[in-house]
Amino acid sequence: MRKLTPPLTDEALESLRVGEKVLITGRIYTARDAAHKRFVDAINQGQPLPVDLCGQIIYYVGPTPAKPGHVIGSAGPTTSIRMDAYMEPLLKAGLKATIGKGYRSWGVVEMLKKYKAVYFMATGGAGALLSKKIKKAEVVAYEDLGPEAVYELTVEDFPVIVANDVYGGDIFEEGVKKHREITLPFKVERLSEV
Amino acid sequence: MTVRMYVVKVVRVEDVEEAVRRLSMNVNYFLGDSVKQYLKKAFQQEVSEVGREVLAQINENVELAAAEQLPLCQDTGVAVVYVEMGQDVRIEGGSLYEAINRGVSRGYKEGYLRKSVVRDPLFNRVNTQDNTPAVVHVEIVPGEVFRITFMAKGTGAENMSRLAMLTPAAGLKGVKEFVLKTVAEAGPNACPPVVVGVGLGGTFDTVGWLAKKALLRGMGVRHPDPNYARLELELLEEVNKLGVGPQGLGGRVTALDVRIETAPCHIGALPVAVNLDCHAHRVGRWEA
Repeated sequence: MRKLTPPLTDEALESLRVGEKVLITGRIYTARDAAHKRFVDAINQGQPLPVDLCGQIIYYVGPTPAKPGHVIGSAGPTTSIRMDAYMEPLLKAGLKATIGKGYRSWGVVEMLKKYKAVYFMATGGAGALLSKKIKKAEVVAYEDLGPEAVYELTVEDFPVIVANDVYGGDIFEEGVKKHREITLPFKVERLSEV
Repeated sequence: MTVRMYVVKVVRVEDVEEAVRRLSMNVNYFLGDSVKQYLKKAFQQEVSEVGREVLAQINENVELAAAEQLPLCQDTGVAVVYVEMGQDVRIEGGSLYEAINRGVSRGYKEGYLRKSVVRDPLFNRVNTQDNTPAVVHVEIVPGEVFRITFMAKGTGAENMSRLAMLTPAAGLKGVKEFVLKTVAEAGPNACPPVVVGVGLGGTFDTVGWLAKKALLRGMGVRHPDPNYARLELELLEEVNKLGVGPQGLGGRVTALDVRIETAPCHIGALPVAVNLDCHAHRVGRWEA
């Protein structure tokens, strides 16, 4: 199986295709709704981001509190589309991959092409299992946000699937098309990025 | 002189608090046996290779969470507490609502569960730090029963739930299309395989609650009216032709179950609500 370690190079990103299984090892950052809002507010005010996103991976997760003796609590992916409204400024800041669950808006699928970045999906609702791949967790920004704080996670063989590649491919669209056995009298639409 | 004796069952708020505390933790660590069986069956029925891999991960996660008493999912939900209270029951020791919220607060803190509630939806989105307040529904029923149904409701599936005020002319066809469209458009976001709760009838405010109540009813428990029981199975079959599959990656198993709750409604109305729940379908019960 393919293995990747951030920072991600253009060659690595170009070689990834929708549906490919990847194991991520190394350091990644967490952020969800509230942290994204602060990132983008900082960018808009011309202030530096608390972490350098160049070539990096953001994992959309708000973990449960760690039990004593544990590195982290349950830590599966949250729904990605809520972060779509904040995506472009972060891609401009050099972000190269995100991990979450669920689809991206078509606008973000286009942006991934434009900025040469990918979207990985991890299994939603497998938070206990995925937490075992996290070897270290450290708050690096916005501690006041509690479960929404930005953590630096050290992960080992964290399992993801390429959901959107740099060529505009989309795993959900392709997968459903292959397995749909019913003709629908309506159009199935995606949410847009707010 | 005649003395009339009223038989009254007493429920102490301390017992309610303790029950809610335990339910908060237990539903988040231990998936119910019936849901586990449905997920195992889903693995056998799935034809997509990646779908089977995802279901294998989900089943492994269920075992691991129980073994280590870790939350199944990091979204340990908002606490939905449905109380069926017999009219011959008297609550003693304080406020029922406060007892429920103390139980939630303690359960979520002591159980290392995530606190996912903000004080205000728009102007003051500040975490309440103990996952309160719970969403509490109390229904008065005959007799001495006092039953609590607790659900930890994650927001991934909740956000993809939908409500429509159809016209009577839309009829069965309109209802079916609305359910299918909701599940199809929810796609991967609701964490399929999902459980589909459908509310039909009532008014704008009640139909959403009917859909939630359908989720609380229990896996495979059919509507008592055979017409609706049949419709539940038909909808399940059609939803599973949508091709959404586990985690929306394409496949045969999109839903584990479809359940409908109904209520009488206005001559000019056909309200329908679809409340989705993810595969981590966390429901528990307690009876005093």
